[in-house]
Amino acid sequence: MANKLISEMGLPRSMANVFIARNIVTAKDALSLSEFELMEVLDVGLEEVTRAVAHISEISCPPYQTALSLLEQRNQNEYLAGHLPTRLKGLDAALFGGIPFGVVTELVGPAGIGKTQFCLKLALLASLPTSYGGLGGRVIYVDVESKFSSKRMIEMGLSSFPEIFHMEGLAQEMAGRILVLQPASLSEFTESLQHIKVSLLQHNVKLLIIDSMAALASGEYGLAPPKHHPLGWHISFIKSLAECYRIPVVVTNQVRSQSRDEASRYLFQEQSRAETIEDPPNFNSHLVAALGIHWAHAVTIRLVLEFRSGQRVIKIAKSSISPSMGFCFNITSSGVSLLDDEGVEMMGPEANTISWEGHIGIINYE
Amino acid sequence: MEVSTLPISASHRGKLISSGYTSLSSLSSVSPSRLAQDLKISENEAVEILKVVSRRSGSEKIENGNHAIMNGAQTAWDMLHEEESSVCITTSCSDLDVILGGGIHCKEVTEIGGVPGIGKTQLGIQLAVNVQIPSGYGGLGGKAIYIDTEGSFMVERALQIAEACAQDMLEYDNLLRKDSQACRVIKQPKAFLENIFYFRVCTYTEQIAVINYLEKFISEQKDVKVVIVDSITFHFRQDFEDMALRTRLLGGMALKLMKLAKQFKLAVVLLNQVTTKYKEGSFQLTLALGDSWSHASTNRIILHWNGDERYAYLDKSPSLQSASAPYAVTGKGIRNAAPNCKRVKLM
Repeated sequence: MANKLISEMGLPRSMANVFIARNIVTAKDALSLSEFELMEVLDVGLEEVTRAVAHISEISCPPYQTALSLLEQRNQNEYLAGHLPTRLKGLDAALFGGIPFGVVTELVGPAGIGKTQFCLKLALLASLPTSYGGLGGRVIYVDVESKFSSKRMIEMGLSSFPEIFHMEGLAQEMAGRILVLQPASLSEFTESLQHIKVSLLQHNVKLLIIDSMAALASGEYGLAPPKHHPLGWHISFIKSLAECYRIPVVVTNQVRSQSRDEASRYLFQEQSRAETIEDPPNFNSHLVAALGIHWAHAVTIRLVLEFRSGQRVIKIAKSSISPSMGFCFNITSSGVSLLDDEGVEMMGPEANTISWEGHIGIINYE
Repeated sequence: MEVSTLPISASHRGKLISSGYTSLSSLSSVSPSRLAQDLKISENEAVEILKVVSRRSGSEKIENGNHAIMNGAQTAWDMLHEEESSVCITTSCSDLDVILGGGIHCKEVTEIGGVPGIGKTQLGIQLAVNVQIPSGYGGLGGKAIYIDTEGSFMVERALQIAEACAQDMLEYDNLLRKDSQACRVIKQPKAFLENIFYFRVCTYTEQIAVINYLEKFISEQKDVKVVIVDSITFHFRQDFEDMALRTRLLGGMALKLMKLAKQFKLAVVLLNQVTTKYKEGSFQLTLALGDSWSHASTNRIILHWNGDERYAYLDKSPSLQSASAPYAVTGKGIRNAAPNCKRVKLM
């Protein structure tokens, strides 16, 4: 609505013409100037400018809804009340049904922890027919690091839903619904995002997966933070895709080690630092999400996958609805599976750190 | 030159000055047709100019009257009375209310910032629910406007918090008003949701438009007591090449919000993100949007982790001293941090 034309807003003819004559064509142009600037540019009195700005604002303002109508709308129109179940009982319960539609869900974790496994499973689940509890739609899988494995996915399907996958032709149908894109660069990815937007509705796409977002950013820009976030545009675009089409969007993010000068405190905390005890060394190894704080603000749900005492753990690190719960999991032939559906509540920043402890041991034994 | 302060268009102003009309008194006795002739403008335009002039000189007369020394000014004594009688919106966390002097104040702009996942949106939703607590329970009985720029408002969560709030009111009734129970009608959780007006804003232009439009919207809706913008930052952090424009737009928006807060006696709550900043040899966290923005809000609260607990730090306030208090985000919403709660710790 930002690009709505002023000439079509029903302003008095004379006023509309004044705007157009000064090359102020859209609401964006007009609202980017203050009332006094407009007075100068348009050469009219304050009163008329105020009236015109109020009118333009009213027209270009998005409509409102009460929270109640929002709730009713969601409950009525959406399949499974707007969630894609992960089929991991405990996690689904904690997430109130699964991966929610309309928002961006992020998976963060070290290499080899099972992010891609999780994504493959989700792709499979979304492509299942609705009679088997899937979303019965297409899946777009953006595979940046060429990690997508159809073989692995069919294997997961065979062991988790043998009754479906042993049926003639169904495996082919399921796999046929998953479209894999492998962009080689950020610009190629940008281009395919534009195409995705068009095809989402036409092709009944029910899930968008991007594995991984961090690889895209680090591939071209390195880790030096430029003034503008290289993914700034992508953040808002992906969010708007999720929201406009009410589909779940899952992205993965890598980790990197925390540099010593990493900011984790505010100025006022620095000042009182001398008096307080030093931070307890609760991070055994310093890992942080590869995409920084700006990106972290933008995702609605963040799931962290990590090693704790040699055990794989998936936990809810950021969510506006779920408590911070952690679940131990394992990777089996059917994909990610929880060891215990009873989660443990995470305390404080523990929920946000990414632990790596005990992993070396595992590698040695295997 | 008095004429140069009139809110009229630049060309009219120029014409007035070049025709010798520089003071207001020179315009007070002139007829519209004469003025039109002198300035070579249409008679209608001349009438408009004279209207503006008469309004200006009218207000000057009041200034000379007895009741007010300066038009629009208020004595500090009157303000004190008003401040004392003003009500606050509770945060549902009494420790936090204490450092805020009772809660989030009406007629002020409060900015709340913090790292992702600390509970900014939670606090926003909590305030949207709490503003509706009826006055019989120490609340404002108002309505809320929630401007969502990030798409992070979760209506399911709002329902949870509303349910907990209705539950708390019921308990309060059982404790204190056993006798008068019958005459009380408890608010249904869904009724809370009905009074939250939700705007989903997708670009910064829309954000400015909504804020411009609020004045009209609030006068139509009545009883709106809190405006929450979650977050003020999001659209201004992407796609912005021209930093001077950004500062200007943000400044304009802050002024309008401040005006709304005063005019309708409502609380404005702006949620902000954090960014890293290099200062004195090390990187530090700080609220986004830069230094000039930090002047825009009356109060500034920073939410942060302190060990295992969430803390709120009052960073800036004209009347209260800086302090911090722990709080917790629970299933019921924002609550006091339990001092010795037994929660299972992983390993």
